[in-house]
Order: sequence, then C-alpha cells, then structure tokens
Amino acid sequence: MSSRNGNILEVRDLRTYFQTEDGSVKAVDGIDFVLKRGETLGIVGESGSGKSVTNLSIIRLIPDPPGKIVSGEIIFDGQDILLLPTEEVRKIRGKRIAMIFQDPMTSLNPFMRISKQLMELTELHLGYTKDQAYEHAIKMLDMVGIPDARARVDSYPHEFSGGMRQRVMIAMALSCQPELLIADEPTTALDVTIQAQILELIKSLKQETGTSVILITHDLGVVAGMTDHIIVMYAGKVFEQARTRELFATPGNPYTKGLLRSVPDPTSEHGALYQIPGLPPDVAHLPPGCPFAARCERAEDICRKEFPPFVALTPDHHSLCHFAEEVYATSQRELSARGGRQEQVLDLE
Amino acid sequence: MNDEHDILDEPSPVEPALDNLGQPTKPPVRTRAGDITRPTNELAVGEGDVRTAERGEGEYIVGTSLWRDAWKRLLKNKLAVFGLVVVVIITVTCLLGPPILKAITGFDYAYIPSDSALTKSFPPFTAPDGSFSWLHPMGTDNAGRDILARVLLGGRISLMVGIISTIVSLIIGVSYGATAGYLGGKVDDVMMRIVDVLYSLPYIILVVVLLAMFGGKSPLSQLVLLFIALGAISWLTMARIVRGQVISLKNQEFVTAARATGVSTGKIIFRHLVPNTLGPVIVYATLTIPQVMLSEAFLSFLGFGVQAPLASWGSLANDGVQNIAIFPWQLIFPGVTMALALFSLNFLGDGLRDALDPQMRKV
Amino acid sequence: MLRFIVRRLIITVPMVIIVVSLTWGLIRLAPGNFYTGEKRIPPAIEQNLREKYGLNKPWYVQYGKMLKNTLMLDFGTSLKYEGQSVGSILARSLPVSATLGLLAYLLALVVGVTAGTLAALKQNSRLDYASMALAMLGISLPNFVLGPLLVLIFSLSLFWLPPTRWGGFPSVNLILPVLTLSAVYMAYIARLTRSGMLEVLRADYIRTARAKGLSEREVVLRHALRGGLMPVVSYTGPALAFLIAGTVVVERIFVYPGLGTYFLNACLNRDEPLIIGIVAFISISVLIFNLLVDIAYGFIDPRIRY
Repeated sequence: MSSRNGNILEVRDLRTYFQTEDGSVKAVDGIDFVLKRGETLGIVGESGSGKSVTNLSIIRLIPDPPGKIVSGEIIFDGQDILLLPTEEVRKIRGKRIAMIFQDPMTSLNPFMRISKQLMELTELHLGYTKDQAYEHAIKMLDMVGIPDARARVDSYPHEFSGGMRQRVMIAMALSCQPELLIADEPTTALDVTIQAQILELIKSLKQETGTSVILITHDLGVVAGMTDHIIVMYAGKVFEQARTRELFATPGNPYTKGLLRSVPDPTSEHGALYQIPGLPPDVAHLPPGCPFAARCERAEDICRKEFPPFVALTPDHHSLCHFAEEVYATSQRELSARGGRQEQVLDLE
Repeated sequence: MNDEHDILDEPSPVEPALDNLGQPTKPPVRTRAGDITRPTNELAVGEGDVRTAERGEGEYIVGTSLWRDAWKRLLKNKLAVFGLVVVVIITVTCLLGPPILKAITGFDYAYIPSDSALTKSFPPFTAPDGSFSWLHPMGTDNAGRDILARVLLGGRISLMVGIISTIVSLIIGVSYGATAGYLGGKVDDVMMRIVDVLYSLPYIILVVVLLAMFGGKSPLSQLVLLFIALGAISWLTMARIVRGQVISLKNQEFVTAARATGVSTGKIIFRHLVPNTLGPVIVYATLTIPQVMLSEAFLSFLGFGVQAPLASWGSLANDGVQNIAIFPWQLIFPGVTMALALFSLNFLGDGLRDALDPQMRKV
Repeated sequence: MLRFIVRRLIITVPMVIIVVSLTWGLIRLAPGNFYTGEKRIPPAIEQNLREKYGLNKPWYVQYGKMLKNTLMLDFGTSLKYEGQSVGSILARSLPVSATLGLLAYLLALVVGVTAGTLAALKQNSRLDYASMALAMLGISLPNFVLGPLLVLIFSLSLFWLPPTRWGGFPSVNLILPVLTLSAVYMAYIARLTRSGMLEVLRADYIRTARAKGLSEREVVLRHALRGGLMPVVSYTGPALAFLIAGTVVVERIFVYPGLGTYFLNACLNRDEPLIIGIVAFISISVLIFNLLVDIAYGFIDPRIRY
C-alpha cells in the first residue's frame, strides 16, 4: 500500500480527454508521477499543457461532458480515487485534498460573506457547530495573516484586495488540515510584490502543518525555491521529471532547457531574453512525432516521425526525448564550464 | 463584454487579423519569468477553462469571413433552420397566396357572398350542404368570407407591421445609440438617462390611449399610426445595444485613423461605426419583429389596431374569440398560424444570436 | 440607501406628471369630445355641457386643474359611470387585477425557476430541450389565443372548469385566467433562469464550492441560485409593465371587472378623468415597483451600493 511506502499520491497513466466539435482533445495523455508525504511537487508548463486538467482530475472535478477521465489510477493514501463512488470523493474534497485556484477575484462567491464560506467546510467535514466554525474561521484568517480577522470575517469578498482574497482562499483550503494541498497558479493573477508574500505564506504554512503540496505554475522562477520535485508538462505529456536541483542544474530535455533560458537572469548584462520560438501545439491535432519538434532547436527527422521514448537518465530523472542522453550530457558539460553558476537561478525566489 | 466585438465585427482591412481562435492576435507577452503567454487566448483546453473547448471556437479558420462562419453555425442549429424554413414558407405563402387563391377559388379577403344562405360561418372543408368540399380549407367567418384568404391577408399585414415598425425602431435606435456612444461624456449620460426613464414607463398603455383617440379614421391611416407607434416604443433596447458596441469600437485604430484624416463626426458614426455593429443589430432586429407583431396583435385584439376590411392575425383572433364556443375554427386558424410564425421567428433569432456570437447567450 | 430611495421617490413625481400630461394632451388634441362620441348635439345643449365640464375655460386653466388634481390623487368623477368617483372605481377594480397579476407572477416564478434550473443542470438533455421548446411556445403563443383555447378545451369540451366571470378569491374561476396570464412569464423566467444558471455554474466560485466537497444540491441551492437568479430579478420590473397589458387582455377574455376592463371602456368612451386616473395609478405603481426591485437587487448582490 502506498500509504505505507510513504507516498501520499500516485498517479499512473492518467488520461483525460475532452470531446469538442473539433474532435477528441487529449488534454492529459498518459501522465505518471508520485508525491511523497510532506514533499512539494511542482508542475510546470505553458498554457494548455494539461497541468490544470491533471489536478482537476485528481479530485474528479473535470466537467463531464465534455471532459472525461479515460483511464489511469489516482491512488491517494492507498485508495484509487477513480474507483470511489462520488459520495466518497466528496468526503475527500476540501477535507483531505484542498485546492487553491488561480484567480482569487472570481474564485470566491461574491454573494456570500467570507465567514460563511469558511464555515461551510468545517461544518460539513468536521461536524463543527456554527459557533465553533465561526471561531475556527477567525483563527484561520488570523493564521494566513489577515489583520483584524475578527472584525473582517463577516465582510464580502469584494471588500478585500486580490492578495487578501488569495489569503482567504488559502485559509479556506487549510481549514480542515488537508493532507494534500493543490495550488493551481496561486500567484499568476496577483501583483509581483503580493506574489512573493503568498508563496512565502504557502511555504511557511506547509512547514507548520506538514501538508504535501502540488504547485502548478507556468513560471519556473516560482517553483525554484518551493519544490522538491518538478515535472515539466507539454501537450498533455510529461516531458521531464527530476528533483528540483537536478532539473535546474542539468536539464535533460530541450524544452526544459528552452524554459530555463527564458527565465530572466539578473546577472546577465545583455538584456535580450530568450524566447522559445512558435506557440504550443493544438492538442486536438498533434503531429505523429514529438509534439515539440516544430519548435525544437535540436529536432531531427526522427523527431517529426517517431514519438520519443521516456528515457531514465538517473533513477530519479526522466526525459521524453530521442536525444535525452545527449542533451543531458551537454547540460552537465555546461554546468562544469560555468562552475556551478546554476545556483543563481535557484536563488531567484 | 470587452471581447464581444472581436467576434462580431466584420473583419475590415484596418482591423487586426484573426488568429485561429477568432480573436485578434496579440503579440506574445513576456511575463516576469519570460514564459510566453498570450493573455486572451489559450489552447482549446487550457488552465481548466473548459468553456473554450465546449464552445468549439477552434473552428475559426484564418481568412474565412465571419459571416460565412456564422452561416455555417446557423445551419448546424436544427431549430434555427426549422425557424428559417417556416418563416420563408409563411412569408412566401402570404405574398403569393392571395392571387393564386383568387385564381383557383375566386375568393379574396373581402369577398362576401351575395346569397344570404352563404353569409354564415361554415366549418373547414365543408360545403353549404354539409358535404366535404375543398372550397374553404379553413372554413368561413360570420359574413361567409373565406378564412384562408383572410389569414393570408392577416399574415401580410402582420408581417408588414412587424418589419416596418422594426425598421422604424432600427432607424431611431441605431442613430440614437450610435450618437450617444460616440459623443460620450455628458451627452451620453443625458441621452442614456432618458432611455432609462422611458424604460420604466408603461408605454403600451400610452399607445392604447393614442390609438383610441386618434385611430379609426381610415384603415390605411390606422396602419401608419401603428407603424409609428410600435416603432417608437421598440427602439430603447436597440439604442442600448448599439451604444455599447460603439463605445467598445470607437477607440480602435480604424476610427482613430479616420479621425486623423479629417473625416467628419457624422461620417465616422454612420460610415465606420454603425456598419461594424451590424451583427448584434441584425440579431436584435430579428428578435424585435416577433415582439412587434405580438404588440400589434395585442392592439388589434383590443380593437385598436388593424381595422376592417383589412385584417391582421390579431384582429382575426379577436373576431374568432367572440364565437369561440360555436365556431372555434375562426380563432384556431389565425391563432395557430400566428403562433407558428412567432415561434419560428424566435427560434431563428435565437439561432442567429448563437451563430453570430456564441458568448451572447442571453434571453 | 435612504438617500437613494428618497431621490428615486422624488423623481417619480415629474415622471408621473410627464405621463399624465402626455395622456391629457392626446385626449385633448384628438378631434371631437366625450359627448360628441356618437351623435350630433344641438348647440345649446353643447354649451351647457361645455360649462358643466369646464371646457370653456382656457386650456392652461384646465390643464392646471388636471395636474393639481392628479398631484392630490383626486381624479374626480367618471363621465361614463356617472356619479362614481374615479377613486371608488380604482378601489373596486384593483383587487381583481392585483389578484390575477400576483397569482400569475407567483406561479410563473415557481414553475419558471424550477424548470429553468433543472434545464441548466441537465444541459442538452431531453428535459432541457423539452422545457426550452415549451418555453419558446409560451413566448410565441399570444395570451389571447392561449386563453380561448384553454376555455375551449377545459370548459367547453371537458366541462372541468367554468369558462368566465370573476368569482372572488379563492375560486376555481381563477385557474384558467391565471394560467393564461402566467404562461408568457413562466416561459421568460424559465429561459432567464436557465441562461443565468448556466453562466453561474461555469463560474470559478462554483468550482471552488465543488472542491469543498459540497453535494451538487448544496452547490446549486447555496452557491449558484443566488447569482443565477439575478436576471430574473431584473426582469421583474419590465414584467410588471407587460403584466398590466396582459391583464387587459385576460380580463377581456374572461369578462373580469378589473382595472384593464375599466381602462378599455374609458378609452373607448373618452372618459377623461377615468383614463387619467388609471394611467396615473399605473405609472405610480410601475415606478414604485421598479424602485422596490432595485432595492431588492441591492440586498441580493452585496457589491451594489447606492
């Protein structure tokens, strides 16, 4: 059982497809990953890479129709969530797996007081009375750093700023002390200064509560200082997975390398930023070969014809590329040439 | 609302090209981390925004006209196609029916038989002696007039009132809304406040008073009065829609370009802005026609609308209601024909709206 | 909030004056007079009548008198129903129309919201298509066709219900008229609810509610319904104006002694005091009703501040 082997979540061969007028869109197409208890996993990818769909699949919130989890296993604490009846999944949602969404401006119910939105959770999952739930709501708001929580708990969402609302979302998510917290682009919609505060908050709350975290983002800079593991997604597939430090130091996939090169480097004087050419592919009409081939600097004929293998570079480091070994070797050479300057990137956050 | 016009506009050369999602291409924006993101568009399924996938907007193909796309989408909508077909059938029948009927059976809407034995109401398909007959497929009214001929005439008048009054409301609403939207500021404030005030008036009551006081001089002048009265009360929503469109359009480059080259305000409004509001205007006009027809029928039913010997579906229904217990066909044929026409027009309007703007799904 | 209400109430006064003036103008500008309605009258008698109704005074004196009376809510006596004050006619006919309108609106609200919500929850199901087709039929079938058809079916063929006449409240006589009047609003409300709910059900905060582990029922009742019903609330104002027009038709079909019937007769007989009284009364109620709706809006949506 996975609970005994220390894994809070194991995702095996997950496939989530959407039926559209344009045909079947394979938003997530055969994803595997493992999250250990207490660790943080970063999922990185451009818009449409399937990272959000992956996480909505985990708590079975894919709107059906048009979406459908076609196959796979999502083993949470030893139980396959995909096999559970809806009733049981509902008992997990909000209590054991909680989510924070991207846009705090629209993710809170505008017609309902903050207090009520927070109380709902503990009343439902922990059987709190109204008074207990109310006190708990104040405690949670206090914990996420909302000043004068008692006075503000009965406010409506529109009376809070974006950053404050995201704090409310976090308070809500942590109300029942979940074992897994999924944060879906928690800072994308916020100002830069607020972004750092929110990330810091998630980090410190994670240390306090020991919750496992999945952090979804399109921003490599965000995951750098936050995560233990990273998976890089592209066109519904995992392109690379590795420990954070390893991924930043010696990436084994041209796509990851491209992403890393487009992170602004404060030590670099010449300002021109690298940009991966082209746009993400249309997931409904993928070419037969590697989905990244058209944008890849390293691409050869084989990339356009054959789907690449998922190469194990080390037991902990995998890359989906025909030339994974070669790219990995180049990265290692570059690293030693630079003399370990990759730390620069890691310290960004 | 902010990206609504992107989909509805007819592409003009000065406007940005459309990408495969039907929205203007924006140059890729680099965020702090250098990640390439396009702020408005995502792939069909992106970031949990499943709506995009559901709407199936991926169908836009670069270079094809939006009108052709809209037409294709309309044809996919079975109810809208049903509406279109029925509307066309009813219109053509009402236009061509009366002369054909006259040629075949010799009846027109005003023909009253001189034989007093015939000046009474016969059921459908029934000859005066009670046997089966093709002569009056919808029966006759109290004066012995052929109901089919009268329903066809009623259709002509009802459709005419619907279309002409809608045109009247279009002219007022579009000029008013475009002017308010383009001029903006205080003028816009005052003009829209007037619309708000008019919205909350029970204007149909005033129309009844107007028609009761001034109507009834001759059938023709009554019709003209109807056109004006119904047009005058139907332009409010149109003005609001056009104003909204114009406001979102007026800051776009092609307007700035026109202004910079010294085009006059009036010309900018009517040459450059109004044509670009065509999509929603057509949709709303299609939905106004059945509304106006209903109002006309309401007035005619009360006896303030179309007057004998002319007839509309509403006035025919009014005649029929008097005799509902004995001669139900006098109400059923005009009533059901009218309901069918309104039903089809409404479906067509709904379908047009969905086809021209998949995001504007409101009642 | 209080300032908003007071300001709106103050605006009501000039608006009623405008409507009443328009009505008065229409009546006076039209050729002929109350007493020249049907037959020619000898000049001597006409002179007497003119004196009796104050018609030989200059127009502005008459207009001023009418306005003053309107503002005092004293509309004088009816010309047609001699000896009856307009006030007493209003008091007599209003309960009939109000009962009809209120019941119809309540019925429309209950049926429409239920049908619209179910249709939205089961989007693209057979239930959805059926209720929306039915709603479209409701919008397209004029009430003066629907009413007589109902009478034809339920009274004249099946003999289940009485065909006409006001029978007080409650009474089986109300069933057909209320149904007739209600159909259009039922249909509109069902469509508004459906589109409102569809929009809300896609909102991010509904996803949040689901992620909390709430059951679908709780998600709909606690989180979605409020936002989904906003379009219905804002439709209440216009609905009242149309409801009034609807009662005129229904009262005519079912021979009810309501406001609509009196209004029609007043118009046909050029009964000036009665027309002005009814128009003023309707305008005031519509304006006040709209104000109530706006206040309700503020209570439902905390983001709105006055």
